[in-house]
Amino acid sequence: MFDFLDSGQYDLLGAFWVTVQLTLYSAVGSLIWGTLLAGMRVSPVPLLRTFGTGYVNVVRNTPLTLVLVGCSLGLGQTLQFTLGGQDFKSIGFRLAVLGLVAYTSTFVCESIRSGINTVPVGQAEAARALGLSFRQVLTLIVLPQAFRSVVAPLANVLIALTKNTTVAAAIGVAEAAALMKKMIENESSALFAVFAVFAFGFIVLTLPTGLLLGWVSKRVAVKR
Amino acid sequence: MKLQKASAAAATALVIALTATACGGDSGDDSSGGDGGGKITIGIKFDQPGIGLQKPDGTYAGFDVDVATYVAKELGYDAKNIVWKKAPSAERENLIANGDVKLVAASYTINDERKKKVDFAGPYLLAHQDLLVRADDGSITKAEDLNSKKLCSVTGSTSAQNIHDTLAPKADLQEYAGYSECLTGLENKAVDALTTDDSILAGYAAQPELKGKFKLVGLKLSDEPYGIGLKKGDTELKTKVNDALKKMVSDGSWEKAVKANFGPAGYKNEPAPQIAD
Repeated sequence: MFDFLDSGQYDLLGAFWVTVQLTLYSAVGSLIWGTLLAGMRVSPVPLLRTFGTGYVNVVRNTPLTLVLVGCSLGLGQTLQFTLGGQDFKSIGFRLAVLGLVAYTSTFVCESIRSGINTVPVGQAEAARALGLSFRQVLTLIVLPQAFRSVVAPLANVLIALTKNTTVAAAIGVAEAAALMKKMIENESSALFAVFAVFAFGFIVLTLPTGLLLGWVSKRVAVKR
Repeated sequence: MKLQKASAAAATALVIALTATACGGDSGDDSSGGDGGGKITIGIKFDQPGIGLQKPDGTYAGFDVDVATYVAKELGYDAKNIVWKKAPSAERENLIANGDVKLVAASYTINDERKKKVDFAGPYLLAHQDLLVRADDGSITKAEDLNSKKLCSVTGSTSAQNIHDTLAPKADLQEYAGYSECLTGLENKAVDALTTDDSILAGYAAQPELKGKFKLVGLKLSDEPYGIGLKKGDTELKTKVNDALKKMVSDGSWEKAVKANFGPAGYKNEPAPQIAD
């Protein structure tokens, strides 16, 4: 039933490796951009607050397929914005990371903002009373505690991101879902076996992520 | 612990797969659309202009639709007694095996892998992999020219695999989820050619809003004989469908349907393929 895997025609590990790369680059990117967005949303500057709120609400409510196809067709093909990629393969990968970062960072931002709310107001007030600036209060006092309380929600976002990378097949990135489409085309008599292989592949990726980060989350949580 | 969970999940997935396949094998006959109530259910594409397209008013148009309507008529069903069902490429075999549809006419290339699960009547059209380029572009004349070109096709499709594996491995190939995205790139010159079966390309190029913008190159890069899929082992139905197709060719309806659906794109059709018995 699974004999199509032995034909040597399909690079299963290679495809899942692209999925892993997409996930890792996008995770790092959205952690950085999401933290900045969270900072904007709690900042004392009204313009930054408005931008942060507007960005999160617009991008979070746009279907991911639309974000990625928009990146590829709009930025890549129409505006020739290629992020330094030479051929469609590298351009597609980079634009997919860009789209995934833009989308996932909104969820990261909201998770971190909820973490900021777990830090008692008295701490920020005390820090301000000592004469610390807004940036110092945020980076030295609030965010370190906020991050420790949002490891579990961020793990959720990471798992969702891992599975969201499959949408990149829509713009031709050769990750797992693109290989699955190829297999469905060629191995129509073993359709469910193909599904099982890819479902299993994603479980292998996401289950350890969830277990590991769940453990980390318990270790680092701030006991109040 | 981790390993146990993963293998348990894999086993579950396998069991679901087996159960589903088994269901498909047993419950086919009585639920098929043809016998009760005088209706016949036929699977077609809903999203391929020229082949099978659902129009905004809910009716269907295209070459596959015309062929299926003719065959249904020969089988004794009026056009109003046909129930059209969407048959996406990945689901065609299962729709037939489960008895959800009696026939499938959905740009369905006959090949050995598919013959394992379904039988084919026909072929009723011999399509070839071809290229669609901008109307003023004459730079592609043979398959070797493709290696320096930017091409576009659908993710994982046979056409994309042909380009990648044999025809032009050095070509820069962009894959999208659908042909419409490729057309955008072709129009603003981000790609040089869109490649798939010529019948599908002709259907796109023949759309009123695109007429005159694109042309077919006319390279026969592969052979794609389209057949009508039906339940495996139903030789009686297969013979009837084949007879209907032969009649359609001999009375001129076939030629008329080809001209009406693909004609405006400058598609030079071949004579109807010989139908195997």
